[in-house]
Amino acid sequence: MNRISDANKPIVIASVFVLVILLLGTGYTLATQGTMPLFQPKYLLQQLQTGAFLGICAAGMMMVILLGHIDLSIPWTLTAAAMMASTIGGPWAIPTALAVGLLVGLFNGLGVAYLRIPSMIFTLGVDTVLRGLMVAHTGGFSPKDEATPLMLYLAKGTLLGIPVAIFVWAAVSVVIAGILAKTGFGRSVYATGTREGAAYLSGIRTRRVIIGAFVTSSLCAAIAGVLLAGYSAKAYQGMGNAFLLPSIAAVVLGGTHILGGRGRYVGTLVGVILIVLLNSVLSIMQMPEAYRQIIYGAVIIGMLLVYGRNARITS
Amino acid sequence: MKTWSARWLTQNRGFAGAILLFLALYITYNFMHPRGFSTAVLVQNSNESVAIAFVAMAQTIPVLMGGLDLSVGAVMTLTSCIASELVNGSPAQMLLGMFLTLLSGAAFGAMNGVIVVYGRIQPIIATLATGAIAIGLALLVRPKPGGDVDGDLNWALTNTVWDFVDTYGGNPDAGWLAPFANIPVPLIILFGVPLLVWLPFRRSVTGRTIYAIGSAEGAAYMSGLPINRAKIAAFTLAGFFAACGGLYLAIQTSSGNADTVQAGTYTLNSIAAVVLGGTALMGGIGGAIGSLVGALILRVISFYFRILDIDPLLQPLIEGVVLLIAVSFGAFRTLRVKNRLELFR
Repeated sequence: MNRISDANKPIVIASVFVLVILLLGTGYTLATQGTMPLFQPKYLLQQLQTGAFLGICAAGMMMVILLGHIDLSIPWTLTAAAMMASTIGGPWAIPTALAVGLLVGLFNGLGVAYLRIPSMIFTLGVDTVLRGLMVAHTGGFSPKDEATPLMLYLAKGTLLGIPVAIFVWAAVSVVIAGILAKTGFGRSVYATGTREGAAYLSGIRTRRVIIGAFVTSSLCAAIAGVLLAGYSAKAYQGMGNAFLLPSIAAVVLGGTHILGGRGRYVGTLVGVILIVLLNSVLSIMQMPEAYRQIIYGAVIIGMLLVYGRNARITS
Repeated sequence: MKTWSARWLTQNRGFAGAILLFLALYITYNFMHPRGFSTAVLVQNSNESVAIAFVAMAQTIPVLMGGLDLSVGAVMTLTSCIASELVNGSPAQMLLGMFLTLLSGAAFGAMNGVIVVYGRIQPIIATLATGAIAIGLALLVRPKPGGDVDGDLNWALTNTVWDFVDTYGGNPDAGWLAPFANIPVPLIILFGVPLLVWLPFRRSVTGRTIYAIGSAEGAAYMSGLPINRAKIAAFTLAGFFAACGGLYLAIQTSSGNADTVQAGTYTLNSIAAVVLGGTALMGGIGGAIGSLVGALILRVISFYFRILDIDPLLQPLIEGVVLLIAVSFGAFRTLRVKNRLELFR
C-alpha cells in the first residue's frame, strides 16, 4: 500500500468520510422510502448548486487562513456587495459588487498589514461598520430592488444541464488553485504564513501579500453575494451570516492549518462538499435543528482528532 | 529608579487607558442624561452590562493563553436556557438550580479544555465546534423561548441592595445598611465574582502558568510548569464565567432563549471587549478586570444613543466606527518600532 503524504492525509480521510455520509444517507433513504436520491445526479447537482455559495466563500477564506489570519468580515461584505449590486442594477450591477469587495479587501489588508492590528479584531470591526452602512442605506429592511437577469442566470440558470452556479464555483476554484500552486504570489502566501519574518528577510513584500490575500477573500465574498442575491431574487439583511463559521470549518476540515502555512485547495473543496452533504443528509433525515448542531460540532471535532492534531510544544 | 505606580502604569498601559476612557464616557453620559447620577439610571445601566461583562471575562482567560474561545456566547446561551428551567421553586431548589447552572457551564468549559489539551486541536477550531454543540444542547433544553424564573429573585437581583433586603424579609431601613442601600445588586455581582474568583486564581501557580503559556509555551514547559492543568483550568474558568453571564441573563429576563444569533453576537463582542480592556490577543498580557472595563465601554457607547438625538438607522454604523477607531489605537505600537522585524511575531 502506498504511503499517503502528510499534506494529502486530511484530504483522503475527508473524501472517505464524504463517501461514508453518502452511504449512510442512502441506507437511510432505502430503508424508509426505498429510493436513493443521494446517488441521483440531479439531486447531487442541486446540492452542489446551493453549496456553491459556501464553496466560493471558503475559497477566499482559505487564502487568508493560509497566512495565519482570519477574515470575519465575510458576512457583511457578502451582504453589502449583494445590496449594492441590486441597488445599482443593470449592466453595472456585478462590477459594483466586485468593486465593493475590492474596497473592503483593500481596507482589511491595510489595517492588518500596515497598522498591524490583529485580523481577528480588525475584520470584526469592518464587519460591524459594513452592517452599519447597509442598515443606513436600506433603512433596516430588505431592499426592494430585484436582482438583475444576469445575476438570476448565474445563480439559477443551467448550461448543458448543469447549474451555472457550479460553473462559477469551478471558475473561482481554478483561479484560486492556480494562484496557490503556480504563481509567485501563491508561494509568497505559503512563505508568509509559515514565518513572516523569514519571508520578509527573503525579499518577499509580505505586506502586499497580506493585502492581496484579503482582497481575494473579499472578492470571493462579493461573488458569493451576487450569486446568493440572484438565487433569492434579491438581497436581504443578514444574508451572509450563515457562511462565516461553515467556511472556516470547511477550510480547516480540508487540512489547512489554522495558524497558516499549510494546506491544499483540493482539501478546501472536499471540506465544502463534506459540509454540504452532511447538511443535506441531515435534512433528508428530518433531523431537528438541535441534533443537527450537535452532530455538526461532533463531526468537526471527530475529524480533527483523526488528522488535525498539533505537535506537542516541548521546547 | 521608577516608583511603584510608574512601573504599574508602564506594565498596564492598556488597562489604565481603558479605565480612563470608561470614566470619561460614563461621567459625560451622566452629565448629559436628564436624570444623570441617579440610582435608577445606575441600576438600569448595570443590569444591561452584567451578561456581556461576564462573557468578556470568560473570553479573557483563553486569550491570555494565546488561544480563543468561540464558544463563550453559546455556553452563555446554553446556561441561560438551563437556568430558565431550574431556577424556581423553594429557596433551596433555586440555590441548587443556580449551582447546577454554574456547574454545567464549568463542565462544558472543562470539556473544551480536555479537547484542546488531549485532542491537541487549536482552541479556535475546537471551540467553534463545541459552540455548535452548546447551541444544539440549548435547543434541546429549551426548544421554544420562555421559562419560569422566580419573580422575587428577579426583582431582588436586578435592583438595589435596599430592594434585595426588602424582598427577603429584612429591614431595609436598618441603620447599618444605609451606606450600601443604593448600590445596585448587579454591580455587586459584577465586581464580587471576579474579586472572589479571578484575583485569587491569577495569583495561584495555575493562574501564573496561563500567563507563561501566553508569553512562551515552550519556555513554560521547560520550566516545569503544569501546562495541561493550566489549560484545562483556563477553559473551565471561561465556562464558569460564561455560565455566570447566562445565569444572570436568565434571572434578568426571567426566561431562556436558544438564539444562535445572540450567541454569536456575544462571542464577537467579547473579543472586542477583551481587546478594548488591554489584553493582547497574542496572549501573556492583560487580565479579566480589564475586559470587564472593556465590556462596560462597549455598553456605555450604546447608552449614548438613548440620550443623543441620533437617527436609529445610523446607530450600528457609529458603533462600528467607534469600535474600529478604538482598536486602531493599538497601531501606535507600529509607529514606535525601530526595527521592522519586531513587527513579525
